Amino acid sequence: MKKIEAIIRPAKLEELKAALEEIGVRGITLYEVKGRGLQGNEKQYYRGQEHSIDLFPKVKLEIVCHDESVENIISQILKTCKTGKKGDGKIFVYPVERIIRISTREEGGAAL
Amino acid sequence: MKIKFKGITLISTLAILVLGLPVIAAAADAPVIDTGDTAFMIICAALVMIMTPGLALFYGGMVRRKNVLGTIMQSFTAMALVSVQWVLIGYTLGFGADIHHLIGGLDFLGMQGVTGNPFPAYAATFPHSVFVFFQLMFAIITVALISGAFAERMRFPVFVVFVLLWTTLVYDPLAHWVWGVDGWLRNLGALDFAGGTVVHISSGVSGLVACLVLRGRRQIGVEPMVPHNLPMTMLGAGLLWFGWFGFNAGSALGASGLAGAAFLVTNTCCAAGAISWAAAEWLHHGKPTALGLASGMVAGLVAITPAAGFVSTGSAILMGIIVGPLCYFAVSKMKAKLGYDDSLDAFGIHGVGGIFGALATGVLANTAVNPAGVNGLLFGNPYQLLVQLIAVVATIAFASTLTFLILKVISLFAPLRVSEEEEETGLDISQHGEDAYYYGEMSSMQI
Repeated sequence: MKKIEAIIRPAKLEELKAALEEIGVRGITLYEVKGRGLQGNEKQYYRGQEHSIDLFPKVKLEIVCHDESVENIISQILKTCKTGKKGDGKIFVYPVERIIRISTREEGGAAL
Repeated sequence: MKIKFKGITLISTLAILVLGLPVIAAAADAPVIDTGDTAFMIICAALVMIMTPGLALFYGGMVRRKNVLGTIMQSFTAMALVSVQWVLIGYTLGFGADIHHLIGGLDFLGMQGVTGNPFPAYAATFPHSVFVFFQLMFAIITVALISGAFAERMRFPVFVVFVLLWTTLVYDPLAHWVWGVDGWLRNLGALDFAGGTVVHISSGVSGLVACLVLRGRRQIGVEPMVPHNLPMTMLGAGLLWFGWFGFNAGSALGASGLAGAAFLVTNTCCAAGAISWAAAEWLHHGKPTALGLASGMVAGLVAITPAAGFVSTGSAILMGIIVGPLCYFAVSKMKAKLGYDDSLDAFGIHGVGGIFGALATGVLANTAVNPAGVNGLLFGNPYQLLVQLIAVVATIAFASTLTFLILKVISLFAPLRVSEEEEETGLDISQHGEDAYYYGEMSSMQI
């Protein structure tokens, strides 16, 4: 089993949710985060005083899935979240050791 | 027989006590109340009142979220404190019988002698009590304006003492100089229709002195100090614009043509100021900002305050066009260059805009607008500009010296500023034990 973490543009979230639904992926956990990477600074002015903003709002989402679903999910993320510009985000894949569903105590694949 | 006589005396004494002096005054040849003027002045006074809550929101939105209640509290506290100070002593120091052209006497101490009858010196056609109330609203907003200069760092107990001392020692005498019968600036012929010198220059320069004495916020230049809620600021600016109609039109002291003229130029200059500030910013940084538009509105209102009732509508547009970029330069360039931390630009807008407005009045005043006024430089009377300059310099010298002394004296008894830790926590929690935006321990949880 794997955990996929994806950092994406907030504006792409709804589209991605629909694309994941298409391939039968419903369970996601997401965070509103701020971060910086390749995207350049943005300037804001308050009464003429400049403030340089270098942390941008992003959405980070986590999906835990069977090994064989990983490529499928990644391709859905790439399909919906790519604009080709700096700031599109990143995808990370991790191995998962154990999964337990709290309500039923099911474990492993049955808990997904 | 004797007992009966005593009884009559007692009853008539009681009657006089209960019914009060108006019974006697009415018997004399008293000036008559004009119901139109009275209704107009009561409404104008109420309009001016809404400016201070408006200012609280205007300032409150501009501070960081941890200081929003502390900032709003300062304006509301000024409303409470000055309201009581004014009826006890403030009004009489400003408008009591003149003493050496410098201050009013104690004739109206504790409101004695203030009735519902007209008072020819100031309120010829409406109740004296309404004039007292109208002037009170000006006293409140003036001291509240200063709070923008030292926002996010003054201890609350110090603020309370500062408000009481400043309004008594600075505002009340200044109001007498400019508006009191036989006040020396009034006798000199200085034009200040609604309080450009008394309200805006005095609060602006006092703010500058206060922020220099207190010094800047500790994290200035290290962490961004950006407004936490600009829609709140915009709402406050809207209330200021609305309330200012009462401020300026009401200063005609009657429902007259002059009030109508002041009303129109007030709106015009405010609008021109908003346009010119936003345009200056647009040219300078490529984008017009909401805060810039609101700031330009206030700068326009400040500029027209001494001039409303003396200048034409065209002059109001000209003043608005100049004051926007002027104040924008003051807050964006001059402040950074000189390095003082006037947090919310009380000096940059009210001081600079007020000085400009007072001097522009000396240039653009026109007796065609108001026969009771005088002409300015542009209409053949260069002397008026000199008079305006004297009023400006006197106000700056007096307000800045007294503000410096008041703060130095308070600092002998208590620290003026919050501690480093309190400043980091914010005024809301450190000074008032409240959190403005408490949504539960984890703000994203729907508890």
